[in-house]
Parts: sequence; structure tokens; C-alpha cells
Amino acid sequence: MKKLIAAAALGLSLSVSFAMAETVKVGMITTTSGGGAGLGIDVRDGFLLAVKNAGADIEVIVEDDAQKPEIAVQLADKMIQSDQVDLLTGIIWSNLAMAVVPSVTAQGKIYISPNAGPSPLAGAQCNENYFNVAWQNDNLHEAMGAYANDAGYKNTFIMAPNYPAGTDALNGFKRFYKGELAGEVYTQLGQTDYAAEIAQIRAAGADSLFFFLPGGMGIAFMKQYAQSDVGVPAMGPAFSFSQDILGAVGDAALGVKNSSQWNKDIDNAANKQFVETFQAEYGRLPSLYASQGYDAANLIISAMGKADVHDTDAFRAALKEADFDSVRGDFKFGNNNHPIQDIYVREVVKEGDVITNKIIATAFEDHQDAYAAECGM
Amino acid sequence: MQTALIIEQLLNGLQFGVMLFLMAAGLTLIFGVMGLINLAHGSLYMVGAFACAAVAAWTGSFWLGLIASLAAAAAAGAIVELVVIRRLYDRDHLDQVLATFALILIFSEGTRWVFGSFPLYLDIPALLSGTVPLPGGSRYQLYRLAIIGVGVAVAVGLFLLISKTRLGMRIRAGESDREMIGALGVDVATLYTLVFALGAALAGLAGAMVGAIQSVQVGMGEPVLILAFVVIVIGGIGSIRGALIGAILVGVTDTMGRFLLPQTLMLFMPPSQAAMIGGAIASMLIYLLMAVVLALKPRGLFPAQG
Amino acid sequence: MASRETLLNIGLALLLLVLPVIANYSGEPFYVTLATRIAILSLAAVGLNLALGLGGLVSFGHAAFFGIGGYAAGILATHAFSGDPLIFGLPGTKQMLIIWIVAIAAGGLAALLIGLITLRTSGVYFIMITLAFAQMIFYFAISWPAYGGEDGLPIYVRNAFPGVNTLKPLSYFLVCYALLAVGLVLFKLFQDSRFGAALQAARQNEVRVASVGIPPYRIRLVAFVISGMFTAVAGALFADLNRFVSPSMLSWQMSGELIVLIILGGVGRLFGPVAGAALFVLLEHWLGGITERWQFFLGLILLGVVLFARGGLIGLIAGRARHG
Repeated sequence: MKKLIAAAALGLSLSVSFAMAETVKVGMITTTSGGGAGLGIDVRDGFLLAVKNAGADIEVIVEDDAQKPEIAVQLADKMIQSDQVDLLTGIIWSNLAMAVVPSVTAQGKIYISPNAGPSPLAGAQCNENYFNVAWQNDNLHEAMGAYANDAGYKNTFIMAPNYPAGTDALNGFKRFYKGELAGEVYTQLGQTDYAAEIAQIRAAGADSLFFFLPGGMGIAFMKQYAQSDVGVPAMGPAFSFSQDILGAVGDAALGVKNSSQWNKDIDNAANKQFVETFQAEYGRLPSLYASQGYDAANLIISAMGKADVHDTDAFRAALKEADFDSVRGDFKFGNNNHPIQDIYVREVVKEGDVITNKIIATAFEDHQDAYAAECGM
Repeated sequence: MQTALIIEQLLNGLQFGVMLFLMAAGLTLIFGVMGLINLAHGSLYMVGAFACAAVAAWTGSFWLGLIASLAAAAAAGAIVELVVIRRLYDRDHLDQVLATFALILIFSEGTRWVFGSFPLYLDIPALLSGTVPLPGGSRYQLYRLAIIGVGVAVAVGLFLLISKTRLGMRIRAGESDREMIGALGVDVATLYTLVFALGAALAGLAGAMVGAIQSVQVGMGEPVLILAFVVIVIGGIGSIRGALIGAILVGVTDTMGRFLLPQTLMLFMPPSQAAMIGGAIASMLIYLLMAVVLALKPRGLFPAQG
Repeated sequence: MASRETLLNIGLALLLLVLPVIANYSGEPFYVTLATRIAILSLAAVGLNLALGLGGLVSFGHAAFFGIGGYAAGILATHAFSGDPLIFGLPGTKQMLIIWIVAIAAGGLAALLIGLITLRTSGVYFIMITLAFAQMIFYFAISWPAYGGEDGLPIYVRNAFPGVNTLKPLSYFLVCYALLAVGLVLFKLFQDSRFGAALQAARQNEVRVASVGIPPYRIRLVAFVISGMFTAVAGALFADLNRFVSPSMLSWQMSGELIVLIILGGVGRLFGPVAGAALFVLLEHWLGGITERWQFFLGLILLGVVLFARGGLIGLIAGRARHG
């Protein structure tokens, strides 16, 4: 839970664009220890990089939630009551977001989600103080469903862990997929051996496989799947093929199609600067999580130029305009403060020695989530 | 087709069980000889996996990595025994639980300190990649067959070690009467360090072998640790034979449950609901098995003497 | 005559009461939240201490009761919020008093069912079979979609207590503190009762207790059920503190943490859980503030305590007690 104070020195030359020159205090609750630390570290590094690049007058307090909801809630209380932060951000996991976000927004603070987008917060429980700068959880799965139609798949085997994000994933896929299902399997959360599932996939006679297994589960599955010579093409959301874990999956991931709202080859100036400076600063390629942290910071910076952070109504309105150069290109908020954005299909490729992703198609343009209508805003 | 699939799933269950046995063997040996509950056994498994991945990445050879994993886990085990564990033998189980819980924190965070926060890459060696045909037209991963082979070899090796060698004689003596072997002039301290290092090396071996088909990351040891405890409790703590049978029982039950439960439920309800409910019951199945076994035989299937 | 341990206990009780009040009026409400967390975890551990400290029943599954209490609060509050009847047309409720009674009943019932089976075993087998039951409930909670599964269940507004504004951190702390005090008094009464004496005797010498005609199994079962009730009511408080309940309250790490609290403070000591919870929560908070590697140093400190401070914190300060 190291406190990383990144208050940037701001030269006079830039101060014009920050009319309201007052330090904004951001509380970042994220996961920087344990097995899921890679995601939190990427979000944090992306965020701090954006603050540095812009030379913005933002003080960031970073604390580790150790991926436990009760610690995250305690940290949120501490940041609001003790550190008196202006905004909160940083949470990676949906279950932690569900614990923290309602209590933060109830206390009148603004929360900006750089990763988790659970469906209740996009629908019936949406809140004017809650902004999601990444995606609603279903989005990337929906994109794969649409892609499966385009690719001509008629008999897909689908699989996800047995927890809300897993059922959301399969429902998201099915929402757009028009073919038959060769099988539908729910695995155990945290499962590491997939021999039984792979045998079923092989026996099912499927023409394709869609799976959502985030983090270590995905690494384990992809390695075992590739080693088993099943020969059925696999696809999934970006979470099992993001830059932070591709190195650990290795060649087993090559050729797999996956959906993402961002990739490092999206051609715009903001993205170019992001990828270059990220590599220079941290010596590794950024993942989509880093891009989301970067965008979250730039969203805040854009609002700082328009409104005083202490005037919550004005600042909220400034955030809602989303007047910043997103590294993913076009970006705007829907009625429920969730993104309306393009979603791409990527393929895992090898560039020299580095395994990474390349965009091969666009699954959706200006896509909005399925829950927006349930939101009363 | 269905028969072939069932055969393959049984094989998967067997392989999963053998993998669990590699973890459980060390755990049960340490408990049997020293009476120690070692929650940090999963950390030694992680050390093995990280050592293998690091050395394999550095030298390009999985086999050197495998040797490194044995050495690193055994060394880590010996150091931990010398510095911490030997102060705990005459304490009650509670102190052992707390101390080894603390060791988990130290190992996990320490590993992240050394290797960073991102998972490491480790692949199976070229020699063992690919699949072999199974009767009925299916194919089976060669590497998984190799795991079964290693597990059987370890089981046989341990049986021979314990029943035929001097060290094994002392281990057996230590299991039945701790004061006695000291009185016989056996250097108990060294014996304990050796047994602990042996158990650690087995965990490290399991970590390296499993790391090649799973994810090498911090925290990988804890889920396996819990399963290994389930195994040795079902088998009877301290019994190698119990660990082997318990491991295979758990492996087969878990695999077949995951496979058959949703399929059975599908006869009564829509597939998507059956998959969800079947999966939920399947994840509780091995704990149910353990509860039933202990309710009927409170000291496990093969209670060790003493 | 007051022993050193009694003085220490009084000191701890006063500190835990006075410091949050001072913090509250000096504009540091967060420390009140921290103290509330200490009080609640203490209460949960007092419950476990009954089984573990007095009865020698090392339960590695008390998270089950903690989580059941938490879910009792969460589920009742959800139904009160949505207006849907819970079961048999009964509505949910926002009244803590009713929630606590439900939590105690549910925790007690679960402890009875689990205890009936697990208490047939002993030693390490008992440790592991209690873990098995907790794991079953954990996986059930994760995959049961009705109440949020892995995502957990938010409680939008903290439940109500007659005459108290529970939304104020200090008021809620005082509620929890009062409940902890009740818990400690009950523990003390229990410890000194004939029943408590029989339970402790059963720990030390099972054969002797059985030979004077008291079946140890039944004594232990009663102790285990009471223990589960304590921990369940603490779970309900914890859910209200966080305004959230999730399967992580049921995880084996939670069970482990409860054991750690007791050993840190001192096994079987009246105030052991309080000292342990205070030390653990403060360490977690303080170390987390200075280093990203806080878990590493937390581990080192825990290791130091177990190796060099036998009898836990209370034992270290007050000396080794009659407790064997």
C-alpha cells in the first residue's frame, strides 16, 4: 500500500491550460500485491505516466487492496475521511468495485473506473458520480459474439468460470452470436487444470471455441489447450491475451483472435505518444489495462481544465464531456456514464521475439452496453 | 464416442490425482515424521516453479530447470527448517499454523520482490510435446502421461526408501517414537532437516512439472495446498499409501464430477442452467467427499500407526 | 487483587474506547472506522476463542459462521430495500436487533450441523474437516447467483439501531463496542461456569472427564454452537461496517486470520482476541502506509511473535498464566 506521491512540478508555460490551478488529490485503490498484481501495476503506471506527460497538478495516493473487498472498502473510507481525496479510481476487480463504488458515490465523491464494469452499475444502480472509462463487462464478449458470426462459425463451444462475470461473459457472447452452441461449460473459479474441459471440447465436434478465463486461469488453459492439439480455433476477450500475460503464455497464444477496445497499433497521436513514453519509462510494452489507467488520468486532466474539482456539479459535467484524446480514438460517455466506443478484433502475433497483438477487424463501431436503458439517467 | 470420452476423463482424473500426490507426499511425510502442519508447503511448490521457469529461460533447457527446481526447493526447505521450523516441533499445532502462515506471506511477497509482478513463461520440453492416440479415436497429451509416470516413479521410490533403506528405517522409527530414536543415537536434528528438504524437493518438483502446463505466478501454491490437505486427510495423515489413494480418489472425483454432473442435470433442465448448477455442485464435491470419509472414518482411510 | 493481566485488560478496554472518541473529535473519523473493525474482528475471535482457547477445538472453518452472519445482514437488508418477501411471505428488515437474532440463529444452526459431524474427529482431522465445510459454503456462495455470487451484495444504507444514528462512525463504533463488551462478559461467565470448567477439563484430559459421567462430545458441541453464534453476530456487524458482504468473508484466509488474531493476542485469554485484532489491524494499516512490500514484513513480524513471544501479546506483557 505504498503511498506514491506523484505531484508534478508544473511549469509556467503550461499553466494557461489549467485555469483552475489547484492540486487535485486522487485516491487510487488498486491491486499491487499477490497473484493479480500485474493488472493493478499496469493501471497505476499508465495513470502516473499520463500525469507526468501532461505535467498536471495531480497528487496520487496509491494503496494496495490485496484483491480483498473489505480492505478496499476500508481504504476508500480512509481516503475520503482521512486523506480527503477529491476523486477515487483504480479498482481492478468487479467484486471490489461492487463493494466500494456504491459507498463512494453515496458519500458524494466521484469514482472513475479504469477497469471493472459490472452490469448492475451500468444498469439499475447507475450513478451520476460513477464514470467508467474502460468498458462495461459484457462489451468485449459481445464483440466476440459478433465476430463469430462474421467468421462464419456455426457451432461454438463456450466456457467461463462460474461466477457473475463468467455468466455475464457467456450471456454477452450469446447476445450477438447467431449460431448453435456445441457446448456450454462453467469451470471453477481459480481452476488450474483444464484437461476435463479440453476433452469435452474435443468430443463436442465444435467449429470454434469461445472462452473467458482471466489472469492465471487463462494462461493455464491456453497452454494446455495448445499442447493438446485439439485444432478448434479459439477466441476470447482481451483479458487472456493482454500484454502483461502474453509473455507467460508464449507461442501457445499465436493466431488466437481476441477483442479489445484498444491496441498499441491504433493510429493516432495520443496512442503513439502513450506507447512510446510507456516503453521508455517502464521498459515494457503497455497492456490494455495500462491504456485504461492512462485514459482515466487524461479524462481527469481534461475536466481540471474546465472546472474546479471542489465544485462537484461542474466537475461532473466536465467529466461527462469526455473532452480528451483517448488512446483508443473516438470516445464518449453514454447516458449511464459508460463508454460508447469502437471494439476491435485482434490477432496474437509475433513481432521479432515479442508476442503481441495486431488489429485485424472492427467488431463494433460506437458500441454501447446492453444495460444503458435500465439506467434512469 | 461416449466411452472413449469417459476413458479419457478417467485418465485425466488419474493424472490430476498423481499431480496432487506429488504435493501431498511431502506434506504427509513431514507430518508423519515430525508432527508438523506445514501451510507453507504451497510456497515451496511455487519456489520450484519459479526456479524452473527462471533457469529454463536463462539456459533454454527445461531439464536444467527441473534440476534447479529440485535444488532450489530443497535448499529453501532446508533453510526454513534450520531457521524456523525446528523451533516448532514441540509446540502445538496452533503455533505451527501461525508460523507457517507467516512463511506464506514472506515467500509470496519475497518471490514477487525477486521476479516481479507478472507471470513467468515456462513451456513443456520439446521431447514431451505433442499427443498420442487413445483407443476410441481420441488423443492424449504426452506430457500428462509423463506426469503420471513421474508420479508412479516417486510413489515407488518413496515406498522403497521407507521400507528398504537405513534412512527409511529411521523415518519409520521417528514416526512411532520420537524420543526412542534419539536414544538410539540417531542424529534427530539432521534426520528432520533431511526429511523436510525431501518433502520440499517433492513439492518443488510438482511445481516445476505443473508450472509447464499452468501459470507460473505468485500465489499459485495456495489452491494446490488446500487440495493436498484434503488428500492427506482423506488418506490418513502420515501415510504415503493413503496419500496416493486419497490423491487419485480426489483427482477422479473432481474430474468426473465436473464432467458428468452438468451432463446429468441436462436431462432435467436447460443446458445453460445445468452447466451452472452442475459446476457449482462439482466445485463442492471433493469437500463433500472429505466430509463423508471423515464422518465414517474419523482418522482417514489408512490411519498411520501411533 | 488485580493481577497484571486484569490491569492490562482494563487498559486495553479503555484504550479501545477512548482513542476512537478522541480521534472522532479531532477530525480523524477514519481511525474510528479502524477501531470499529478492531472491535468487530475481536468479537469474531472471542467466539472462536471459546471453541479454540477453552475447548481446544482448532476450527479452521469459522469464516463459515462469520460469512453466514454477514449474509444474514446482507440478505435481510436487500429484501427490506427491494420490498420482496424473503420466505413464507416474511419481509426483510433494516433493524439490526432483528438481524442479529437471525444471524445468531443461522450461525448456531450451521454450527450445530457442522459440529455434529466434525466433532467426531479430533486433532488435525478436526482442523481439516472444519475447513472442508467452510469451503463448501464458500463455493456455494460464489456460484449462487441470487445474492450476487462472487460479486457480493451491497447494503446501500447501514442498518438501523433504535435511538442511534448508525451512519455516524462514532455511533456505530459504540454499538459494536457495546456488543464486544457483552461478548467478553459472556465469555468470562462461560469460562468460570461449571460447564466451562468441564469444557477445559475435556481439553486437558478427555478420559477423566468421560469417566466422571460427562460426555465430552456433547459439551464440545454446545461450546461449538455458542462459538458459532458469537462469530455470526460479528459477521453481521462486519457486513454493516463495510456496507457489503461477499464470499471473501467465507474464505479459508478469513478462517486463518481469525486463528492468527487469537494466537497473536494469546490463546484462551479473555482479552487475547482484542489484543490480537488491535495489533493485526494496526500493523496492516501502518505497514501498508510505509511500504508496498507490507505483506513481507507482516509475515516477519508474525513469525517473530510466534517464535519469541509464546503466549501471544498478553502473555508477553502479563507473563505466562495458569492457562496451560
